[in-house]
Amino acid sequence: MSLTATQITVGYRRGAPVLRQAGVIVGPGQVVGLAGPSGCGKSTLARVLAMLLPAWSGEVWVDGVLAGGARHRIPRQLRTAVGVVFQSPRRSVDPRFTLADVIAEPLRATHVPSSDAEARVRELVSRVELTGDLLARRPHEVSDGQLQRACLARALALRPRYLVCDEMTSMLDASTAAALVSEVRREVSGRRMGVLAVSHDRELLDVWADDVVSLGSE
Amino acid sequence: MTTSAHDQRHRASDTPAPDVLVDVHRLSVRIRTPLGHVVHALNDVSFGLRPGRVLALVGESGSGKSVLAATILGLLPANAQVRGRIMLHDGGESIDLLRASETRLAAKVRGRRIGLVPQSASTHLTPVRTARSQLEEAVRALTPRGHRRFGASSRGQSLTITERVRELAGHVGLDPADLALYPHEMSGGMAQRVATALALAGDPRVVVADEPTAGLDRELVHLTVDLLRALASEGRTVLLITHDLGAAERVADDIAVMYAGRMLEFGPATQLLSDSWHDYTRGLLRALPAGGLVPIPGQPPSLTDLPPGCAFHRRCPGECSGDLALTWFGERAVACR
Repeated sequence: MSLTATQITVGYRRGAPVLRQAGVIVGPGQVVGLAGPSGCGKSTLARVLAMLLPAWSGEVWVDGVLAGGARHRIPRQLRTAVGVVFQSPRRSVDPRFTLADVIAEPLRATHVPSSDAEARVRELVSRVELTGDLLARRPHEVSDGQLQRACLARALALRPRYLVCDEMTSMLDASTAAALVSEVRREVSGRRMGVLAVSHDRELLDVWADDVVSLGSE
Repeated sequence: MTTSAHDQRHRASDTPAPDVLVDVHRLSVRIRTPLGHVVHALNDVSFGLRPGRVLALVGESGSGKSVLAATILGLLPANAQVRGRIMLHDGGESIDLLRASETRLAAKVRGRRIGLVPQSASTHLTPVRTARSQLEEAVRALTPRGHRRFGASSRGQSLTITERVRELAGHVGLDPADLALYPHEMSGGMAQRVATALALAGDPRVVVADEPTAGLDRELVHLTVDLLRALASEGRTVLLITHDLGAAERVADDIAVMYAGRMLEFGPATQLLSDSWHDYTRGLLRALPAGGLVPIPGQPPSLTDLPPGCAFHRRCPGECSGDLALTWFGERAVACR
């Protein structure tokens, strides 16, 4: 049982791979840090693990099931087993959605009945400490920190078995960062969610992660 | 022995220390939103900027830090109401920044006396032009006509625009070859250096850096703030606005902690960080990885709906003294101890 990437070679331009034979294993209830300087391919590996980017070669396994391809080619059940939070909340939400819509989107997309979805949104909102009046606002009306709280709630909405945090806290102030990390920690200890924490901040990973993998630039 | 904050500020402003470049005195900013809400962005903030020193203004997002930068640069929206005073003492004259006309600010202050190092350098640059072209434009715009010289035949003290651009590039540690690059071809560090060079094009003595390190990796953060430190050592004054206490710790001489538009604590960086007096400052330090990643419970209040009295009260673990104004103890000050 683990989220595993093995021998991943992938890039964005033909003949110029960003990663060669890279791999990482995240077990349930484990926080694995992925460190390295800008441009070393951390985010690319995170995207492969989140099944957003198909690898040129190599395999991604989710609890023993091989994920073929990426995005909608993968069965929903497998796809939703891995949640993801990106660095810039502003670039990862639809500017027309209210925060409540942002958080409820995965529930709507997977046809969760609306009464259940509402209850789940209420629960998530209290977890990430978003107060009532913020939920009716659109992204441009809230701060980065508040928006990232909504993005974390969205990522947790379907109770993913694994969470990929790609520089989740690097644009946030210390207190908001600590608040989001504690919420993720609660899911890790509570229901044994596995976490891949990608960050250039070695100090953060040393405190947060059980293990830190360094991805050096080639 | 203590003196009240009010007395201290008055003394400071009636007889400003001779070396204060920017004197911010009891500044309050309210912004009325189209929906009729009033944003209490800054409340009764005072401080001075001195040459050779870096003052870091730290606080969570929504603490009014960026509004302060906009106020100093005269870039507040038209619906802002400002109280207090900001005096710029530079080049033998004193300019009242809050009452100076837009023409005067544009012609004499922005870029020439006060430079801005922006947040997110790479998006600040024009994507369709090279670094050189943007730097040349800035130098041309900021150089009085009579002082310009062009061509190889020119001699004398003033530099040609090309020479000045090369000098600026050298100043911020930019390889002259990199000047030919477009923003998308630059690394984050290069973009940051170009943006800093642009801020220096008019040779300002006051440099305001508004979250220059947001989203950068540690190495780039160090590079950026070290560059600011170097600018201070040349006799400029630097106001570093940041939520990154690590960056502040590295370069700041003094730190001011802001919360909900108010200054809660002020003091020399080393003392303030090793022995914080305010519960909020201690909370911020505990939230850092080195402090154990312990969040401060709750969130900052909305600036449109500040609670009466201390805005930090609801999140504060300590006993409330009810004191809002800073009380000075030597060179340190705190709102509540």
